[in-house]
Parts: sequence; structure tokens; C-alpha cells
Amino acid sequence: MITLGIDVGSITAKAALVKDGKLLATAVIVTGYNSKNAGETVYEKILSEAGVNRSEIQGIVATGYGRNSVSFAGKSITEITCHAAGAHFLNPAVRSVIDIGGQDSKAIVMDEAGKVKDFAMNDKCAAGTGRFLEVMARALEVDINDFGSISLTADNPAKISSLCTVFAESEVISLIAKGEKRKNIIAGIHESIGSRVAAMAGRLGLTSPVMMTGGVAKNIGVVKALESRTGKSIEVSEMAQLTGAIGAALIAMTL
Amino acid sequence: MSLTKREKIMTTDGRTTDAEKEKRKIKSVKKMKEIMTNYYIEAKTAEQTGKKVAWITSGGPVEPLIVMDIIPVYPENHGAMIGASKMGVDLCEKSEQMGYSRDLCSYARADIACTPVNGGPIGGLPKPDMLVCCNNICGTVLKWYEIQARYYKVPLFILDTPFCHTEFSDEARKYVRKQVDEYILFLETVCGKKCDYDRMAEVGKLSVKGQRLWQEVLDTAAHKPAPMSAFDAFFHLALIVTLRGTRTVIDYYTGLLEEMKERINSGISAVPYEKYRLLWDNLPVWYKTKWLSEKFAAHDACLVADTYTSAWCGSLKYIDENDFLGTMAEGYSRIYLNIGVDEMAETVIGMVDKYDADGVVMHSNRSCKPYSLGQYDIQRIVQEKRKIPTLMIEADMVDERSFSESQIETRIDAFMEVLKAR
Repeated sequence: MITLGIDVGSITAKAALVKDGKLLATAVIVTGYNSKNAGETVYEKILSEAGVNRSEIQGIVATGYGRNSVSFAGKSITEITCHAAGAHFLNPAVRSVIDIGGQDSKAIVMDEAGKVKDFAMNDKCAAGTGRFLEVMARALEVDINDFGSISLTADNPAKISSLCTVFAESEVISLIAKGEKRKNIIAGIHESIGSRVAAMAGRLGLTSPVMMTGGVAKNIGVVKALESRTGKSIEVSEMAQLTGAIGAALIAMTL
Repeated sequence: MSLTKREKIMTTDGRTTDAEKEKRKIKSVKKMKEIMTNYYIEAKTAEQTGKKVAWITSGGPVEPLIVMDIIPVYPENHGAMIGASKMGVDLCEKSEQMGYSRDLCSYARADIACTPVNGGPIGGLPKPDMLVCCNNICGTVLKWYEIQARYYKVPLFILDTPFCHTEFSDEARKYVRKQVDEYILFLETVCGKKCDYDRMAEVGKLSVKGQRLWQEVLDTAAHKPAPMSAFDAFFHLALIVTLRGTRTVIDYYTGLLEEMKERINSGISAVPYEKYRLLWDNLPVWYKTKWLSEKFAAHDACLVADTYTSAWCGSLKYIDENDFLGTMAEGYSRIYLNIGVDEMAETVIGMVDKYDADGVVMHSNRSCKPYSLGQYDIQRIVQEKRKIPTLMIEADMVDERSFSESQIETRIDAFMEVLKAR
């Protein structure tokens, strides 16, 4: 049985094909302006890369912010449930998930079967999300993919206190004007995300082992900041960004 | 191609047919709209009819105003109307131009912005002859009413109710009781006539009776399926707030109670396929009530009760209907927003049990600090003691800029997935 999970996020759209409980293929594209098209495009991409026909797909679940615009999906399920299922698939021992995506961050606590017990999400503000990091990368003229490694070389992380992306950006700009080292500013940005997300996760009460999912998990600086703020070691799968799509494909098997 | 009504009924799945919707409509709504329209017409024409108008806070003792034939007007009810008619953002922005911080209460901001331009859904509130401010609901009202008193150059009476952390001391009782006398003296001075204490006793009895009836109306939602939802309560609440102490309230809620009982007997529920019963905490998100109501109904979830509308009958136990004036000090001091978090949590748990709720939805309301402050603690206590899931929604009662639809939709969907998986 082949099932498909489509995760249309605010920045990227992801797809995962699962065959008989095993991961068959994955694909990632930039969502862009039209989330409806993004779902269709990533669907085409994964089919052609995996060499699978539409007719072979026996179930499709859509998740992510664009989940309701994926017209070919049989059902839409929130990314909270999908990330829990995906994380459980990647490591069945995992009991908590921190997912930082483009638009929001979530902390999820689950049971031994990967079922969500409780969750918390960030408030409306975008600080502490992938979008926040993108804004900062632009202000610092650094490739977002280098953020993690640069921050690890910091000697004295700068203090970024603002809770709002807009204010934090102006804080960063004033730090640049003061001549603060780039690596220290980046480390400071990671610290600020870490403290925000750790506060939310702390309210929920994380149970180890903890896994970080979502695109921001690729940033080692944020992972380290979260580990120091939560006092828990956090594992990151190579499939972090695809966790939601994988979970969606797995849930499609059960429908 | 348009379908006839009959075809619509035949072609849809039964959840959305016009006949279905019609059946579920609460018939009393029409009467309620009439009463509120007449009430506002009377208030807006008070200057011509020679009646006096007092602006009063939602938790303030309105009964002495009724006794003195003063028309009570509620800036907070006005705020709710502004929110429901989606005029909140414009007015909040206007108040910010006037120099008020965005962090202030959106009821206060919207109301203050309406004043100089007669803005809002009813062209502004009628000019007050006096203001009555009771701080049992929050501290913002003090400054809000001082601003309005200065603007209109009218006298302001402040009734100070000490916060009841764990109990209501004798000192507090004496302190508030003394102010009740001062309040009546204030009204006598402004109106130039004496208070009729026999009428006061009568109005007190009517107030208690009205509150009891309102509680009975809310209690009908304990029935499964619930004949009404919290969204209905948000609407029908207006009378117990504005016209408490009058016969109008009693007549209306008697009829509404009758209708709810009939709905129970004929199996008419607020939500077509009620499967999940939820409790709502905090003020409504006035500009999104329809969206939220449909969102939950699509998950077969009914918000069967809420801490907000029940606040207008929650302190009945402290009031003696035969000594209203003597006991109202305690009744007005010990309302939901003027008690400690532990007691608030007990109230929530009591409601979870009474209405057999499967979960609690909490609106963390950016405007209302006293309501939102203890919510994380209440959430934790409820989860520990009743082991039911809770959901926190960050929004604002009037200022739509603090509402993110897609984020809240995800949260509600995820919460319902958790509930369904249990």
C-alpha cells in the first residue's frame, strides 16, 4: 500500500511517500505565493522522482498551513498530529516534539503510540519562527544555511530582548551599527528563539526523549540554544523538515 | 442555477439545509432585538424626555439607578456591539491617534474614540448626566471613566470593591456597605430627589429573580444535547447586564427559559450532531463569534457553557433578596473577576462537572488583563484535577488585529484531533 503525505507550510511544501510502512521518497519545494499550486507541484515532483503513478496512491493526507487548499487530499490533519506521528516513526522512543516551522513554533507531548497528549503553540507574533530567522539573515547579509555554523563560533552572544520580529530586527540593526560581531549577533538571535520556545515548552512540560522537527531544526545554533534553555538533550533527524509530511503519509495508511 | 428550498433540503446531507437551520434558530432572538432597540432609543432620546442617563460599568450595581428612574448605559455593551459589527479596528486606531496605547483595553479605546465623533454602530452613546464606576471588574475602568467624566464635565461616582483574595472580611463588608450609602446620596444629589427605599427593596428582589432566571436559562445547557450554546448566551446576556432589576428581564428570560425547555422536549440542539461538550473561558471574540461557532460545530463540538455569561449570576449566593441593600456589597465584591485564582479554578471545575464538559477552551484576551492573568494556572489546575484537554487561544475581544485566523484554526483543529483520539 502506497500513501502520500503533503505538508504545505508557509515557506516550503513537503511531500512524503510511504509504502507498506517504509519511507519510499520525499520532496521539498518553496511554497511561494500560491499554496494550492505548491501542493500540486510537490505532488508531481515526488511522483516523477519516485517513478510512481497517481493511480498507485491509495490515500493522501494534507497537513500544514495550506492543508485545506490541497484539493486532491482525502483528508486534512493538523501538523501537530502529523509531526507527532512522524516523530514516532523516526524514533518510537520520542515523547516530546519541538517543531519550529516558518510561521509558528509548537511543543507537543505524546504517548508511547505517538498520539498527541497535549500541545502549545506560539502566540500571533512571528518571533521564534523560521520567518524570524529569514528576516534576520537578510538584515545580516548571511545565507540562512550558514547561521548555525557561524553561531557556534560566537565568543559572546549579543542580547536581543525584543519579543517582536520588527523590534528585534531594529535591535539587530543597531547592534550592527555598534560594530558587534556578526557571529555574536547570530548567536544572540538563536538565544532569543531558544528562550521563547523553551518558555512555551516549559509550560507544557517536556518529557524526554525530545526531538526537534521542522525546517529550523537544520539550524544547529537553535538546537543548542534550546538544549541549554530546556536543560534537555534534543535529537534531530535528517528528516526533520519532512516529519510532518511523513506523519501525514502514515496517517493516510490508517484511514 | 439556483435551487428551490425543497431541492436544497433534498440535495444536502441534512447538516446545512435551510429547514434545519430554521429549526435551530432561537425564536426569542427577535423579541430580544426589539427590547434592546427600544432600550437604546429610550436612552438616545433621554434628553428630550427629560430622563437622566448614567454610564455604568458592566459589573456595577445598577439597581439604585433603576430605583431613581435613571437610564443605565453601558460603554462595555457598546464595546461589544462595536466588536460584533467589526468596527473595532477603525476605532482602536483612532484612539491610538488620540494618544492611547495599543496595550490598553479595546473596549476602552473603542469607546473613547467614539465619543468626540459620535462613531460606532449606533452613532455614539447618549450623553451621560453622571458616571458610575465600580472596579470589581478591572482597574482600567477608573481611568476610562475619569477621562469620560472630564470630557462630558459630569460627576463621577467610584465604588471601590476590595479584591477578595480568599475571603470577604468584615472590614471590607463595612467599607463597601458604607459606599453603597454614599452612592445613593450621590444619585439623590444629581437627581435632586430622594431615594424610595420601598422601591429599592422591590427592585432588589427583581434583580435577584432576574439573575436566578438567567442561571436557569444557562443551566438548560447541562442537558445533552444542549439546547443552547455559549454563543447564544453571549447574545442573550445583554439584558441581565443592562436591565437587571426590571420586570422586562424577568418576562424575557421566562420566555427564553420556556423556549429552551421546549427545545429539550423536541430534541432541538444548538449543534446538530453534538458529540463534544466544551467550556469557554473569558470574553467572546466579538467579531468572530459566527466563525468560531461554525468552526466548533463542524467538529460536532458545542460550547455548552462559559465563565463569562455566568458571571452575572455567579455571586447570587451572597445576596439576600430580602435585604438587597445590606448584602449587595458582598454580592458585587465577590464576582468572578474579583476573586483569587484558586477560587476561579474551583468555579471552572464546578462548571466542567455541572455541564459535563470534555474540554476547556480559554481565550487569552489581550484586552482583559484581570480575566487573562491567571489562565495558565487555571489551565494547569483543571488539567490536574479533571484530566481533560484545554486549549488556549490568543486573541482580543474587539481589536481584530490581534487575531490570526489560520493559526487559531490550526489550534482548534489540533485540539479537536486530540479530543477525538481520546
